[in-house]
Amino acid sequence: MAYIDVSGVSKSFPPRHVLRNVSLSVERGGFVSIVGAMGSGKTTLLGILAGLVPADSGAVLVGGEPVREVRHDTAFVFQNYSLLPWFSALENVRLAIAAALPDTARPAQVDMARLALEQVGLGNAVDRRPGQLSGGMRQRVAIARAFATKPQILFLDEPFGALDALTRETLQQDLMRLCSAADRPVTTVMVTNSVDEAILLSDQIVPMLGGAPATLGRPIEVPLPRPRSTTQLAYDENAAQVRAHVIATLTEAIGGRTRRAPGTRVETRGAIALAAEKSP
Amino acid sequence: MKRVLQLMLPAVGVGLALLAWWAASVKVPDLPSPLRTWEESKVYVLEPLAKRGETDQGIVLLAYYSLVRVAQGFLLGIAIGTPVGFLFGVSPLVTRMFDPLMQVMRPISPLAWLPLGLILFQKSEPAALFAIAVCSMWPTIINTMVGVRAIPQDYWNVAKVLRLSPTTTFLKIILPATLPYMFTGYRLSLGIAWLVIVASEMLTGTPGVGGFLWQEYNSLIYAHILLAIITIGVIGFVLDRLMGLAEARLRAV
Repeated sequence: MAYIDVSGVSKSFPPRHVLRNVSLSVERGGFVSIVGAMGSGKTTLLGILAGLVPADSGAVLVGGEPVREVRHDTAFVFQNYSLLPWFSALENVRLAIAAALPDTARPAQVDMARLALEQVGLGNAVDRRPGQLSGGMRQRVAIARAFATKPQILFLDEPFGALDALTRETLQQDLMRLCSAADRPVTTVMVTNSVDEAILLSDQIVPMLGGAPATLGRPIEVPLPRPRSTTQLAYDENAAQVRAHVIATLTEAIGGRTRRAPGTRVETRGAIALAAEKSP
Repeated sequence: MKRVLQLMLPAVGVGLALLAWWAASVKVPDLPSPLRTWEESKVYVLEPLAKRGETDQGIVLLAYYSLVRVAQGFLLGIAIGTPVGFLFGVSPLVTRMFDPLMQVMRPISPLAWLPLGLILFQKSEPAALFAIAVCSMWPTIINTMVGVRAIPQDYWNVAKVLRLSPTTTFLKIILPATLPYMFTGYRLSLGIAWLVIVASEMLTGTPGVGGFLWQEYNSLIYAHILLAIITIGVIGFVLDRLMGLAEARLRAV
């Protein structure tokens, strides 16, 4: 059985039926991206995987154990950073360390937090508050906070969605470095609406199909050697194939929906725009 | 030039008010004019710390008695109001249980609470504190409750993801997130406490600005009433400004 094993998960926020019969498996140390349009239920699904949101039905197993609340070896990076504005970057990271390792002495916690921030290039900004940092720097703090506790499992909810293209790229590089530098395998599930981001970072891409209720399509392998870079992937044949495959799967699902239900115009337009934006 | 004008305008406003006061004093013979008010009551202002009798004291001394009483009642009020507000904020059950009661108690005038305090405590001083505390705690309760409810889901998620203990969640997330709301409540509570003090001093005849006002009304020295009114207003304004500054500092975070 896979390390993370999701079977038959459904979720409604009445009257909206968000997820229908979702199944997913992630191998230990793997990096899987769930790609879909905005508002398709990706964040809800990630919340269910992490134990933040309870599922209505179905099972989520990690290492064979059912997930009821957030596991101690899990870290989460939110789209909107979710840093505490009244604390410095250092204290934000230290808080995570203190919660994960309550027996560690405070000075040691501070050292660990400082190290985690240095690893994302924020060694000079440890005493600044989130309000005094740029969006990219804030997300670096959030990433440092996630890695500081040396998690086994990492959930990323559109981690770079709110950043400009250049910042996004350097942060993606940082993330790849941290994921591969970790001394034990980090199993990562990321949610994104960027097909290119998914290709750059993942071993597998799972398209999210439909919406209200959404379900997951068949996983698409990303057979590209690492390390990868955006520039290299832009000209890579295999990458182009994967990209075409993912986009075709996403748009096909939308085409099917439109034939069946002509009332879903807005969603259709949104998703096609998504596909067009991401194609080279 | 524009700055000078900005500074001049409030002075013009005060001047117009004095003019209206003077005009009213011409019509109503019992009302002293601004000048007569000053002449008759300047001894209280010029010797602000003099103590000539129980209520016949310098204005600063009188204000001090009132402020001490307000501080006690206000601190009692927020000491009760803040935890109750947190409880209401986190527990819909408790809110549902007590909300109707609170809505009925909230509009009750301090003048109505005071006799109840006198029955309960038999003395005027604790009765005054009781009235101040009961009347001034509502804004603290309501604002603290609203503050807790306004905590973004993101912060609750952080608490869940970091697996913070309930104590840590309270100290590191709930309390700092609610602090600006709490201080808005404190500012409004202090304003009400200051309103109540005058009424309760008038009813119980204790020394203070309000007691002085009532005493001088009974002695038919109307100039002193006006002095007391102006003092009450100025002190209330200064208190509000000080709390406003504290609040602004917290919001700046």
